[in-house]
Amino acid sequence: MTSVAHMPVPLRQSQAPGFKAALEVDLRLLAMVLAVVAVWVGFDLLTGGIFLTARNLWNLAVQTSVVGIMATGMVLVIVTRHIDLSVGSILGCVGMVMAVLQAHILPVGAGWNWIVSVAAGLALAGLIGAVQGWWVAYRGVPSFIVTLGGLLIFRGLAWSMTEGQTVAPLDETFQLLGGGLLGSIGAVWSWVVGGVGIAAVIAKAILGRRRRDAYGFMQRPIWAELLVAGVAIMAIIGFISVMNAYNRPRTEIAQGIPIPVLILIATAVLMSALAKVTRFGRYVFAIGGNPEASALAGINTRLVVLSVFALMGLLAGIAGAIQTARLNAGANSTGELLELSVIAAAVIGGTSLAGGTGTISGAIVGAVFMQSLQSGMVLLGLPTPMQNVVIGLVLVLAVWIDNSFQRRRL
Amino acid sequence: MKSLISAIFGVVLIGGLAVIVTPAQAQKKIVVGVSWSNFQEERWKTDEAAIKTKLTALGADYLAADAQSSPTKQLADIESLIARGATALIILAQDNDAIQPAIAKAKAEGIPVVGYDRLIETPGIFYLTFDNREVGRLQASAVFKSQPTGNYVFIKGSSSDPNADFLHAGQLDVLKAAISSGAVKVVGEEYTPGWLPENAQREMEQILTRNNNKVDAVVASNDGTAGGAIAALAAQGMAGIPVSGQDGDKAALNRIARGTQTVSVWKDARLLGATAAEAAVAMAKGTTPDKLPNVTSFTGGPKKVNMSARLLTPVAITRDNLDVVIKAGWITKEAACQGAEPAKAPAACK
Repeated sequence: MTSVAHMPVPLRQSQAPGFKAALEVDLRLLAMVLAVVAVWVGFDLLTGGIFLTARNLWNLAVQTSVVGIMATGMVLVIVTRHIDLSVGSILGCVGMVMAVLQAHILPVGAGWNWIVSVAAGLALAGLIGAVQGWWVAYRGVPSFIVTLGGLLIFRGLAWSMTEGQTVAPLDETFQLLGGGLLGSIGAVWSWVVGGVGIAAVIAKAILGRRRRDAYGFMQRPIWAELLVAGVAIMAIIGFISVMNAYNRPRTEIAQGIPIPVLILIATAVLMSALAKVTRFGRYVFAIGGNPEASALAGINTRLVVLSVFALMGLLAGIAGAIQTARLNAGANSTGELLELSVIAAAVIGGTSLAGGTGTISGAIVGAVFMQSLQSGMVLLGLPTPMQNVVIGLVLVLAVWIDNSFQRRRL
Repeated sequence: MKSLISAIFGVVLIGGLAVIVTPAQAQKKIVVGVSWSNFQEERWKTDEAAIKTKLTALGADYLAADAQSSPTKQLADIESLIARGATALIILAQDNDAIQPAIAKAKAEGIPVVGYDRLIETPGIFYLTFDNREVGRLQASAVFKSQPTGNYVFIKGSSSDPNADFLHAGQLDVLKAAISSGAVKVVGEEYTPGWLPENAQREMEQILTRNNNKVDAVVASNDGTAGGAIAALAAQGMAGIPVSGQDGDKAALNRIARGTQTVSVWKDARLLGATAAEAAVAMAKGTTPDKLPNVTSFTGGPKKVNMSARLLTPVAITRDNLDVVIKAGWITKEAACQGAEPAKAPAACK
């Protein structure tokens, strides 16, 4: 269970690979995606075709962004064999700081108001994460305890800032971060983003082949290459089309990708790159695999752990900006119990609580899966207590299925 | 380690002595102990200030403990308030059943109890609250007045809070006739876990999706959930349809000035706090609950226990009487009117 990362392992065998091996896809991720699709189709049938409308999928994307962004960081935290229970509180506290700065301290209506308040909030969030990381890495206090303390501390501070009063309304430009009425980038820019995505898929395939040539590795068959790239490109086109198919209410103007979803996509790409291709990412997985060996191998494990927590704090700050902007209000209760959704998304997405394994893309799919369940059940009009029962059952079942699947393969 | 244990032991010992000593000294003076359920919510700070002011005026002392939403902690809190010499208790119960052991203890010690804002259904307790069913009625009638027909959505409170159901019952008192005649159609009804605005926003988004935006009015049970619902409406360009709320949150009063919220039912916490302080002091001096001023008997609880109660009347704040909260000093005119378009602003902002 402590294999290093989920990086594609180069094929050196001389015999031709089988179908699955040739595709080199993450089967676990594929299973997750299929589960999401199954849930979607199920809800669509039950709701009489409402679930799979452009509008609902657009909503779903926005609703997923907050948890999704934090889940990418939680993967790294859990991979290093730690946990962060404070993310919901950090989100609430930092969201409150941004709201108070905007509405009470900085001049209301100034064009730079939202930029300064967001920058200050993100800096604070990163700092909070770093301080917690310092306690974990340099003072040896278990992360469960440090962040449990953080959960209480930052929720309390969020309340103290205004003695519990809700701060609203917020800056108009800031509100766009939450993807409200005008918070999307429109059809044209959405296609530009899609185009960049497609170019990246093609470039990755070509560069990958060149690299394998350079190192003398076996190439994957051309048909497999085309199939994988083709599916990725189709997925991108499909996603952009859906986002563009939803019009701004009572107009013919296409919404396109909502800004919070754009932030989620950017975060996911950057975090995946960080985890897979940078030295830092490899250290993170190495530490998760075997902390002692990593330290003996000369990795500054403490600094890496501190950085992971700082990064987690920063991501909670970004999520806090989005959640606050979306609600158009800073409320001290924002993000209560959200840490559980974030951890659940990471774990359902295949991150092992034992550390060492986990993927960013898996966590995002996990977040989409959880949010699909929640949104779908509200669409169905299921009573709230039953919704909790279902989500609890699904969480346990999903991890059990994933575990038994993993055990059979190993 | 050994020294740490003995240090802790010493602290506990001294604390224990203090507990034993204090009541003896406090026999003569009236000490009112207040047990809060969760001090993290916006409104209780105002209540506390009102209680403190009134108690000082009456020459009584104030003790407090915050249960932080935990019924278990509240039991310990109340025991410690009694130990610290409280001669009367004001209790904002987190859970009206789980509180019973503490009430029994207070009764055994002969300490009178005011059930503050939330029902504690035990004979002999003085129940003081705003009439929550009336709050629901006021919410629904304000919305109904501006939108007498069409598709209605109910964003209810937390399913674990009995007030959520009192409120909803009051809302139905007003709307029942219109619902059965078909003039009003309920197209969505959801409890909001933890009363969280973000949950209300998600619910509203899904309800709008399900009904293809064919929603004409929203009866939300407090200002937090109203804020969430309005954010969801704004994302569909629908902000401005009637939405109700409650608590007189500053953000909500500002939304009323801007025209995105119809009503916030305001329960003047200062009145509630001051009345509770008076009642507690009177009861500590030996007045029985049924002899307190303006007392009525209340049997509307789930167990139908006949209790002495006082139900204060809430005020529905709309754009027509926004000046009430401003004149009462609850909110400044600037804060209430900030960003309201001068042409459409209510009279109170001019």
